[in-house]
Amino acid sequence: MKNKKNIGDKVLFSGNEALAQGAFEAGVRVASGYPGTPSTEILENLSTYEGIYTEWAPNEKVALEVALGASFAGARALATMKHVGLNVAADPLFTAAYTGVKGGLVIVTADDPEMHSSQNEQDNRNYAYAAKVPMLEPSDATEAKEFLKIAYRISEEFDTPVLLRTTTRVAHVKGIVTIGETESSKATLGIEKMPEKFVMLPAHARKRRGELEKRMGRLREFAETFPENRIAWADKTRGFITSGVSYLYVKEAFPEASVLKLGMAYPFPDRLIRDFAAQVQELIIVEELDPFIENHVKALGISCKGKELIPASGELNSHILRKSITGESVRELFAPVPIPMRPPNLCAGCPHRGIFHAISKLKVFVAGDIGCYTLAALKPLSSMDSCVCMGASIGTAFGMEKALGKESLGKIVAVIGDSTFMHSGITGLIDVVYNRGFSTVIILDNRTTGMTGHQPNPSTGVTLGGDLSGGIDIEALCRAIGVKHVTTVNPHDHEEAGKILKQEIERPEPSVIITKAPCALLPEMKKRKDKNIHRVIEANCTGCRSCLRIGCPAIEWVPLTPEEAKQSGYKETQKGHSYINAVMCDGCGQCAPLCKFKAIVAADQDNGNKNG
Amino acid sequence: MDKVMNLFLCGVGGQGILLASEVISSACIHSGFDVKQSEVHGMAQRGGSVISHIRFGEKVYSPLIEPGDADLVVSFELLEALRYLPYMNSNTRVIVNTQKILPAPVATGMDTYPADVLDQLKQRKLSVFPIDAFDIARSIGETRAVNMVLVGALSVFLPIQENIFMQVIEKRIPEKIRKVNIDAFLKGKETVRGMRTDS
Repeated sequence: MKNKKNIGDKVLFSGNEALAQGAFEAGVRVASGYPGTPSTEILENLSTYEGIYTEWAPNEKVALEVALGASFAGARALATMKHVGLNVAADPLFTAAYTGVKGGLVIVTADDPEMHSSQNEQDNRNYAYAAKVPMLEPSDATEAKEFLKIAYRISEEFDTPVLLRTTTRVAHVKGIVTIGETESSKATLGIEKMPEKFVMLPAHARKRRGELEKRMGRLREFAETFPENRIAWADKTRGFITSGVSYLYVKEAFPEASVLKLGMAYPFPDRLIRDFAAQVQELIIVEELDPFIENHVKALGISCKGKELIPASGELNSHILRKSITGESVRELFAPVPIPMRPPNLCAGCPHRGIFHAISKLKVFVAGDIGCYTLAALKPLSSMDSCVCMGASIGTAFGMEKALGKESLGKIVAVIGDSTFMHSGITGLIDVVYNRGFSTVIILDNRTTGMTGHQPNPSTGVTLGGDLSGGIDIEALCRAIGVKHVTTVNPHDHEEAGKILKQEIERPEPSVIITKAPCALLPEMKKRKDKNIHRVIEANCTGCRSCLRIGCPAIEWVPLTPEEAKQSGYKETQKGHSYINAVMCDGCGQCAPLCKFKAIVAADQDNGNKNG
Repeated sequence: MDKVMNLFLCGVGGQGILLASEVISSACIHSGFDVKQSEVHGMAQRGGSVISHIRFGEKVYSPLIEPGDADLVVSFELLEALRYLPYMNSNTRVIVNTQKILPAPVATGMDTYPADVLDQLKQRKLSVFPIDAFDIARSIGETRAVNMVLVGALSVFLPIQENIFMQVIEKRIPEKIRKVNIDAFLKGKETVRGMRTDS
C-alpha cells in the first residue's frame, strides 16, 4: 500500500487527503465519483489504499447509485462530487433518503464559494434541508477525517445517507492530521431482500416517508448533545453562531468572543441555539453564501444579525469579517498597481487550439461545454458563445436550432469534450437524432479529462486503478445511436479539419466530428522525443501577427522601435516580429500554415534564412 | 514565537510553487509548529497566476493571510510580486525571482511588461531580495529546481533549522533528483544570506 502510515503519525494532509484517510479508517469498501474541483483528490488518494474499490463514474448520478447499491449490500460506501455534481445526483439522493441504507453511505459535496473553478457558487446545505438528510460540515483537514468517520456512524445508527459538505478552503487547505485506528461497519455483507425498504413504489414510499419524519425527529434530538455542536464560552457581549471554515475566520478575527460552532449543519439543535442566544448580548451568524443558519435562527423567533453585515456571495476571510462587523480595516494597504493580467490559457501543443481557430473563421454560434476548452472563450480565440453545465452544449445547440428552424443550418455548432460527452452529452445527442435535428456536434477527444488533471473516463480505456478496460469507441457509439455522418479528424491539421467542419455544418442531418489527438500534458506526450520544435525565420516575418491569433503560449511578439527595425534589416514601419520560445514549443506545428510568408518552419527543416 | 507567521508564495502555474509550499509546511511541522497551507487548484494550472498561503505558529486558525499581513513574500516570477502588493506592509520582506515569464497579453503584444518592478517595490520601502533563481538552477544543471532555490532563499528568514529542511527534502524528493534539489536549496540560501544586512 502506497499510503502506509502508522497509527499516531502526524501528517500534512489537505482536506481531500484527510477524507481519503477517513474513508480508509471508516472501513469504506466502495467509492465512486466524478472528478470536479475541489473534490477530485479524494478518490485519487483513496485509490492508492488497498482493499477499497474506487472508480470514476461517467457522472455523479451514477456514482451515487453505485454507492447506494454497495450500501444495500451492507458495505460502507462513499460518493464524491463537486457542488454542481450534486445537482446531477439529486435524483437518487432524494429517494435514497427514503430507502435509507444498510452499510453506511456518505456523499461528499465540495462547494466552491468565490467560483475559483466553477460556473456558479450554490450553497449545498440547502440540499440537506430539501432532501431531508443530515449534513456534517468540517472546518479543516483535521476535522474532515474525524467527521467522515462520525458520518458513517450516524448513517448506520439512523439508517440514512449523510451529506458531508466541504468548501474550497477545507478541501484544498493542508493541515496536521493524526493517523487513527480503523473501524468497520456493523452491517453484515450480503444480499438481503427488503422490498418494503428498497423498492420505492408509492405504497412502500408512503410508509418510508413516515419513517423519514421520525428519523428527522431523532436526528434533531441527537443534534442537541452531539459533541461537535459545541459552545466555547468567553466574552458574552458578542456571540457568534457559525459552521465550516467560517468558524476559523471567527476565531481569527474575534478570539475573545463566545462561539457556538455547528459541526452538524443540518438538522439544527434548537435548544442549544436558544440557550446560547439567551446568554449573549449581540448575536451574529457568520456563514459563507446563503443565510442558511440565519433563517433558521430567525424562524425560532430569535433576533440576530447575519447577511445585513456579511456578504452573501464569495468566500469570507477574517479581514472581510472584521471589517463587516466592526467597520475597521486593519491598516492602510498598498494600492494595487496596473499590471498585465495573467489569464489561464490552452497549453502549447493543445489539440483544441487548432479546432477553435478553424471554428472562429466560420463565424458560427458555438454552444460550448465544461472543460479546458472553455478557455477558448477568451481572447484571442474568442470562439465560444455559451457554456452552461456539464453536457449542456448539445442540448443548447439543438434548442437554438429548433427555435430558429432551417435558417440556423450552418450557423450553430456544439463542442464537447470526450469525458463530458460520456458524462451527459450522449443523451443530448440521442435527442438530436430522435427528434430529427441537423445539429453539428464536435467531440474534442483528447483521450482524458484534462481540466481536473488527467482522470481517465469510459472512453480512455483504463480505470482509476490503472487496469485496462477496452474503452468506449466514441465513433461507433455515435453511429449506434443513429448518427449517420461521423468523421474523425486530426485537430493539428487545420486545413483538413476546417474543410470537414465546413462540409458537416452545412449538412441538413445530424453529424458528429471527432477531433482526436492526445492532451499535450499527458505524461507520454510530454516525454516523447520526436518533438518537432518550430522556429521563426525572422527575415521572413512581416509582423502581420496572424500567428498570434491562435494564442499559443510559445509564440511571443517582439516589439521593435523604428531604429531597431532598420538595424534588423526590416522596413522602419515594421512594429515587431514573432518569436517562438523553444523551451515552450511543443512541436505540434499548428502555427506553420498560418504564416503566409513561410516564416514559421520546423527546426529540422531549415537552418538558415532562406526563403521558402 | 507567539505570533503566527505568514508566508505568501506567488508565481505562475508550472513553477513548482505547490511542491515548495509542501516542503516549507512539512519543515514547519517537523519544527513543532501548527501549520495551515492553502492554495487554489483548477484554472491556475494552465499558465495562470498561482498563490499559496502558509501560516505557522503555536495555533493557527484561518488558512488565509489577511491583506497587509504577509511577513514574507516569495515571488517566483518578477511581475507577480507587484500583483500581490496589497498583501504586503512596510515590514514585509520580499524575495523576488527576477525571471520573467510573459503573460499572454504581453506575449501577443497587447500589453507591455513593466520595466521597473524592483524599483516599484523599493519605492514602497519594502525589503527586497532579488535573486536570479532560474540562472542559479541552470548553473547547477536543473532548470526545474528554481523552486528549491527559492525555498533555500526563504529559509534564511525562518525559525527552522537547515537539517530539518534536509530531512524533508530527503523524504519528499525522489533520489534521482535529490542532490540537485539540495544544491539548489543551499545555493539559494547562500545567495540571500549574502544580501541580508538586518541581523
